[in-house]
Amino acid sequence: MVMSWIWFGILAVSVLCGFLTGRGEALAGALLEGAQSGITLGISIAGSLCLWSGVGRLMESAGITQLLARVFSPLLCRVFPSAKRNELLKQELSANICANFLGLGNAATPMGIRAAKQLKRGDTATDELCRLIVLNTASIQLLPSNVAAVRSALGCDAPFDILPAVWITSLLSAGLGVLAAWTMGRFRR
Amino acid sequence: MISGYLVPVLLLLSCALALHRKENAYDRLLVGGAEGLRLLASILPALVLLLTAVNMLRASGAADILTSVLAPVFRVFGIPPETAMLVLIRPISGSAALAVGADLMARYGVDSQIGRTAAVMLGSTETTFYTISVYFGAAGIRKTRYTVPAALLADFVGFLMASWTVRWFFPK
Repeated sequence: MVMSWIWFGILAVSVLCGFLTGRGEALAGALLEGAQSGITLGISIAGSLCLWSGVGRLMESAGITQLLARVFSPLLCRVFPSAKRNELLKQELSANICANFLGLGNAATPMGIRAAKQLKRGDTATDELCRLIVLNTASIQLLPSNVAAVRSALGCDAPFDILPAVWITSLLSAGLGVLAAWTMGRFRR
Repeated sequence: MISGYLVPVLLLLSCALALHRKENAYDRLLVGGAEGLRLLASILPALVLLLTAVNMLRASGAADILTSVLAPVFRVFGIPPETAMLVLIRPISGSAALAVGADLMARYGVDSQIGRTAAVMLGSTETTFYTISVYFGAAGIRKTRYTVPAALLADFVGFLMASWTVRWFFPK
């Protein structure tokens, strides 16, 4: 429903703005051109998307997920103290975070939701649940394959040259997000 | 550059590890690939609608007005004002952000500062409101407490750091 209103809002703003700036004539052409570029964009990233989804599944079956889970375990127990006492919860949490890390968003969500159900209290989010959501909304991804696909489709020679910047950015945003959640949890009850 | 080798080596390594565990590596690649294409098919209609919308905003001049209105605020933080629309739409819709980001990269060049900043923003943030609604909806949570402000703060740090890191790593 939100998207319906956004769509309506964009149309309304464009038509009004086109009328006021006298550029309304160009709208019809721009509209069709945009629609076509949606398909062009989709087709141009299809190959990379297909390859990377495959690689994601391969990394999962290669045991990289479990390997990561072991590496992340101490950090995980600090952010989610309940995981120390609850082995099942710990597995779900680490599976969620590792799947996100490998770019398997679709696989990450069901496990994250199972963990969320264990972390809630009635209809209220606990501090740990808030931190889980913040971690999930601040993506920490090893290879942002969609973005790399768009870049390579637009003729970039080294689509992955942004990786160091992406890693630093997502680590800091997730870290500060969790830190903020921690602080707010202490002062707001 | 390390990143040039990172991806091919990662491919090699995951295949070797899978074979070591006697997994059918090629089959996994095919299964995942098919999933990726299904995902693409499911977002294609959204990409068409949203790029239509983005193009209308551009052609009508609304995008320019939005950019120039927000420019002073963005400059204070060192975020390129051209990314205003991306920053606004990113927490709400993933497909829309991809559409706006691709448009920015095509318009200013993939290897331009704006193009790279858009790419890093896309790669290091998530569709915050969508994620929150999925999780809290599925877990039956109504009292979300401070989740939304904390998640939005993380997004803001992401947009800020995307602009700064691109300037550090790719000085012009």
